[in-house]
Amino acid sequence: MLSRTADHLFWMARYMERAENVARMLDVNYRMSLLPQSANDIERQWRAALDTMGQLERYEKGGGAYQPLEVMRFMVLDRQNSSSIYSCLRAARENAHAVRGTLTSELWETTNATWIAMRSFNQVGLEGDGASEFFEWVKFRSHLSRGVTVGTMLRDESLHFIRLGTFLERGDSTARLLDVKFHELSTSDKHDDAAEYYQWSALLRSVSAFEIFRRVYRDVITPTRVVELLTLRRDMPRSLACCMEEVYELLQRVSNHRSAETERRAGELAASLRFGRIDEIFEEGLHEYLTAFIESIADLGNQISNDFLVPVVAQPESQSQQQTL
Amino acid sequence: MSATQFFNEMTDFGGGVRPHYEKFSDWLQTTPPQRLADKREAADALFHRGGITFAVYGEAEGTERLIPFDVIPRIIPAQEWVDMAAGLRQRVKALNAFIHDIYHDQEILKAGRIPAEQVLNNAQYRPEMKGVDVPGNIYAAIAGIDVVRAGVGEYYVLEDNLRVPSGVSYMIEDRKMMMRLFPELFAKYRVAPVEHYPDLLLDTLRAVSQKGVTNPSVVVLTPGAYNSAYFEHAFLAQQMGVELVEGRDLFVDDGHVYQRTTQGPQKVDVIYRRVDDDFLDPLAFRADSMLGVPGLLDVYREGGVTLANAIGTGVADDKSIYPYVPDMIDFYLGEKPLLNNVPTYMLRKKEDLAYTLENLGDLVVKEVHGAGGYGMLVGPASTKEEIEDFRKRILAAPEKYIAQPTLSLSACPTFVERGIAPRHIDLRPFVLSGKEVRFVPGGLTRVALKEGSLVVNSSQGGGTKDTWVLES
Repeated sequence: MLSRTADHLFWMARYMERAENVARMLDVNYRMSLLPQSANDIERQWRAALDTMGQLERYEKGGGAYQPLEVMRFMVLDRQNSSSIYSCLRAARENAHAVRGTLTSELWETTNATWIAMRSFNQVGLEGDGASEFFEWVKFRSHLSRGVTVGTMLRDESLHFIRLGTFLERGDSTARLLDVKFHELSTSDKHDDAAEYYQWSALLRSVSAFEIFRRVYRDVITPTRVVELLTLRRDMPRSLACCMEEVYELLQRVSNHRSAETERRAGELAASLRFGRIDEIFEEGLHEYLTAFIESIADLGNQISNDFLVPVVAQPESQSQQQTL
Repeated sequence: MSATQFFNEMTDFGGGVRPHYEKFSDWLQTTPPQRLADKREAADALFHRGGITFAVYGEAEGTERLIPFDVIPRIIPAQEWVDMAAGLRQRVKALNAFIHDIYHDQEILKAGRIPAEQVLNNAQYRPEMKGVDVPGNIYAAIAGIDVVRAGVGEYYVLEDNLRVPSGVSYMIEDRKMMMRLFPELFAKYRVAPVEHYPDLLLDTLRAVSQKGVTNPSVVVLTPGAYNSAYFEHAFLAQQMGVELVEGRDLFVDDGHVYQRTTQGPQKVDVIYRRVDDDFLDPLAFRADSMLGVPGLLDVYREGGVTLANAIGTGVADDKSIYPYVPDMIDFYLGEKPLLNNVPTYMLRKKEDLAYTLENLGDLVVKEVHGAGGYGMLVGPASTKEEIEDFRKRILAAPEKYIAQPTLSLSACPTFVERGIAPRHIDLRPFVLSGKEVRFVPGGLTRVALKEGSLVVNSSQGGGTKDTWVLES
């Protein structure tokens, strides 16, 4: 398969997954901001969310207030913000468009239809109940595109590179979410059991893990268990362990004469999660652990680009020419 | 122009329905207009979701528009197509022979049938191609020949497209759409299929690979996702099951062309290129091209790869060469042309220029190198100012223009805002030349949606119709 094609497939999947994760992140924040708490806490949460998504500085420059609606408008609709859901869905669609011939028509049409619907969504849609509904819609469209991908694409390299993008992005996102939320919840102004319960359960819900937590632990929600579930549980589909296991396996499938080192690094990371212990993670410090993990993901992303895809350089601008019809 | 002055595809000059439209006409009369309107809307939504779009120049980059699709088919009786097909085959054979000749012995110039300077000084003539042999002497493996019907129904070739003719994907999508919207019509008519075009194309491309290549690897080269015809490039690559590449995916090494893949470099044997000559190789042509492959021309000249179409075909579809195609048919094939040429005034000739300037209001004037309906004057449809404006442009550089009588193009009933009304149409059949000349019956019918308009180009607001060639 063409390296550029693989590159577009990989990024199409990453952007779709990113749109979903931004929606999840905003959703959990929005739900938490509805709980009784100090204005200070609310502001802190939104700042932390923006920070996680790498957008705090830009938002501050824009002088926006730390109000749910305003931050959400920025993270959902802002065209200049490359991490907004609008931008992610556009990028997913642009990448799909560039390789539409490689996609099944169902997958292409799903991606294109998502983008067409996104274009007609506006700020009014975020008011009232709109925000939660919209986040549900984004998640649903992402589920749909993943389902169409798995259900219709030929199981060859093209599928593998799509899946690589999905799991690499998801691992990164779960780590970031956990990092910011754990810090926030363990340092918030007031500590009462009820508030803590709601906040941790909101976090679990945001990664579709609330019911899973109950089934796995059959016990009360504690921060340690939440972290264990989202890092080390291999059967939890959004955990770091699960994502890395998929990445490692996919890399073995697409293996080429240059990729041995990349496979080794992915395997090492997957093994460390597979055989890791939660108390060791806390001994090292969760924040330090997650920071190192996020760096490893970035490193793997670069390795994959260099071995298989289009190495990261400035892309030439398109030249237009006429084809008469 | 009054309704009786042009040939109507569905009704004869007495107002009666032509035999091949009878069943359709009956169906139309029993179909409520609302159903047609609903179906057209459904078609738009489906085309939109499928991203079956066309980028329009002069608008913001990335602007994608639907080509309006008309739900009333253009129907061609079996015998008419048989006759037209023979004419197309003859024409394309002669054009390929001409291109081979002018890059080799130039017999037709020596014989004085075409003025040598007309060919050799033409901007589209590529001296780089002199003496280069291409497989099977096929230069235009894919040709789009624009055919119109005028007067009392005779066909004329309006223009030959031998560089990167586009539109074939719409021919296929229109058929799929019609079958989806109105399956009952296909039970009433035996319509010749067109959906196998990509198979014929792949076969043709493989047939023009270099000698000694077994199991040739074919790619489609596109300028990229922002090109106006990108949908078609992606469509054809997908339908043929070959890679869609951009210039940056290819490189030249040791006399061959390779594509960069996830498993390392892989050799490419045939490039169906949808990139213009000028952009193909920055080392040979436009140095600022980022769409091409550095070194491609050298490999090509040495026979390391096939380009379809070949470099330098533009000289044969130039509007200044068009008037000589009947001479080519006579010269190379010793045959009489089966398809008419439109009488053409070449404004570099004094007497033609004088005649044209006197009759601007009745003529169509075109730029010799123009395409896509840009830069042309349709006298009868223009205001005095527009005509005077164009007169100045002609006087500034008469050699850049040709003029033709305004043909009263045939019209086909078309579903428009106010119901069903005749609109002018043309036809672009796609002619494939490999081991033999092949095509799917019919082609792309384009329709000028504006009342009275003769310009069918999609860039000028034209639409398309499904084209039915009936099986005998």
